[in-house]
Amino acid sequence: MIAKIETDQARTKEPSVLHRLLRSRSGTLGLIIIIFYVVVALAGVLQWTPYPPNEQHAVDRLSPPSKTYWLGTDLFGRDMLSRIIKGASNSLYVALASVALSTLAGTLIGTVSAYVGGNFDNLLMRIMDIFFAFPAILLALLIVTIMGRGLDKTIIAIAVVYTPIFARVARAPVLSVKEMEFITAARCVGMSHRRILFFHILPNTLAPLIVQVSLALSWSLLTEAGLSFLGLGIQPPEPSWGVMLSESRGLSEIAPWLMIYPGLAIMLGVLGFNLLGDGLRDVLDPRLKRLR
Amino acid sequence: MLRYITRRLVAVIPTLFGVTVLVFMAIRRIPGNAVLTMLGTEAGMLTETQRQALERYFGLDRPALEQYFVWMGNVFRGDLGYSVRHGKPVLDLILQRLPVTLELALVSLVIALTIGVTLGALSAMLHNSFIDLFGRLFALIGLAAPNFLVGTLIVYVLSVYFGILPNSGNYVEITQDPAKNFQQIIFPALTLGFSFSASVMRTTRSAMLEVLGEDYIRTARSKGLPPRTVIIHHALRNALIPIVTLAGVELGYLLGGAVIIEEIFALPGIGRLTLNAVSQRDYALVQGATLFIAVNFVAINLIVDLIYAAVDPRIAYDRQN
Repeated sequence: MIAKIETDQARTKEPSVLHRLLRSRSGTLGLIIIIFYVVVALAGVLQWTPYPPNEQHAVDRLSPPSKTYWLGTDLFGRDMLSRIIKGASNSLYVALASVALSTLAGTLIGTVSAYVGGNFDNLLMRIMDIFFAFPAILLALLIVTIMGRGLDKTIIAIAVVYTPIFARVARAPVLSVKEMEFITAARCVGMSHRRILFFHILPNTLAPLIVQVSLALSWSLLTEAGLSFLGLGIQPPEPSWGVMLSESRGLSEIAPWLMIYPGLAIMLGVLGFNLLGDGLRDVLDPRLKRLR
Repeated sequence: MLRYITRRLVAVIPTLFGVTVLVFMAIRRIPGNAVLTMLGTEAGMLTETQRQALERYFGLDRPALEQYFVWMGNVFRGDLGYSVRHGKPVLDLILQRLPVTLELALVSLVIALTIGVTLGALSAMLHNSFIDLFGRLFALIGLAAPNFLVGTLIVYVLSVYFGILPNSGNYVEITQDPAKNFQQIIFPALTLGFSFSASVMRTTRSAMLEVLGEDYIRTARSKGLPPRTVIIHHALRNALIPIVTLAGVELGYLLGGAVIIEEIFALPGIGRLTLNAVSQRDYALVQGATLFIAVNFVAINLIVDLIYAAVDPRIAYDRQN
């Protein structure tokens, strides 16, 4: 109760996170890029594309950007703009789903582990260390080897790679929060462990998690593009920016647009999440602002 | 310090044990029989007796625990298995590819540290200047551009504007023809170096900004030391500590994780070997290479931790207490 009153008082004095985020240049720019990206991805889901993304126009193969095909066409005469729009939905879907899974699993492991403490905590963290012993792309490769290729498998592979990171990020603040007086008070009034953990400890550890989510979205975007580039992620003919970039190899000399636009799309998406993550970190941990 | 080293060494043992269990279990989780999956369409031609003979040969008819101990016994004897696709022992294949990966990792690390530390230090010293803005923009772009995009761009620029094909295929070892070898390594190393230099730049900049605000820097300045001495001997030396860690971790990644760049530039390194093993379902090779890379990664992280503690004694003291 005491904690709640204190938080309420703080809330009335301080402007909201969004308000403070909009005051930071990188946060605002990141937010604008991400909103644009989400709108494009939604257009892909609703099939608001100039042409069906997999429709082949044999006569217009490798056409440069023009009024008919704004971003040109690929080797099979498929419209690049339509494929980039559909690619945005696919990459955002993989990024959101994998980060949601790893956030959920990682936060649960990290918070419960820190709250219970002792040997249980030690054991769980040693298990997480095992996953840290693999370079991310190698772990993803290993998972894809076991489960096979495809969109859903890519999501699971990326989620497994990032779960240990979330477990560590969630664990650290719980260790300090669980020693605070309001938690002792909650225990004294007979609250259940579950209630204390999810209603009192977890809300106080959200700041680093929110920052991590934004950064993880950018990594998962990169990992998905990387796996798809290697032919192990989203499978053709389904459009993915990584697949498109991979298909441009060997053709970029005669059709550079095949490489430029998917490349720019990946960069813009990653840049957006990175800037948003930086902005959120500035807002949620002002000590770091000067150092960035 | 000795106690810290011992503790860190002991702590690595369960991780390494876990790594071996995970790699072992992962390969056994493959749906169906690993031998049959490896044979692909040819598996249909096998008789029941031949299939059983193959399973007995690979030890797949024994209990999982026994298989694990047999495998570990072999690993300790330096036998990582036999690659059916290549017709060679896995360890031989890895050791054959190691010099390429090692060379690529070291050259890209040198490039990244040269660009990153210089730009980061300049950015911090000239805080909020044009150079600082350029440095920050460089870091933003470097972090957002995936290395496979940078690699593809480099190949494009070289082939279209300079008529050079960096990925011609036939790799030449450094001992055979150093000049030719340099030509083949430099572009992939630049790609990896550029991507990593962005993180180095950011870390150097924040570490320098933090150090430059410390009291001992003010003292050094106020006692009349030349700015160069203050920057190089007092500030940069202390700011380098987090960069050592970052470089160590990156070296670990590069020794196993340069899969995409080795693929783009057709370099016969460990990453490409593993990727091909995945595509060809060469499970003995996937298992051996993964284990090799993970153990290397743990070892490098351990070495970095120990160097870190040696450079900054506060670390060992803090972690002991």
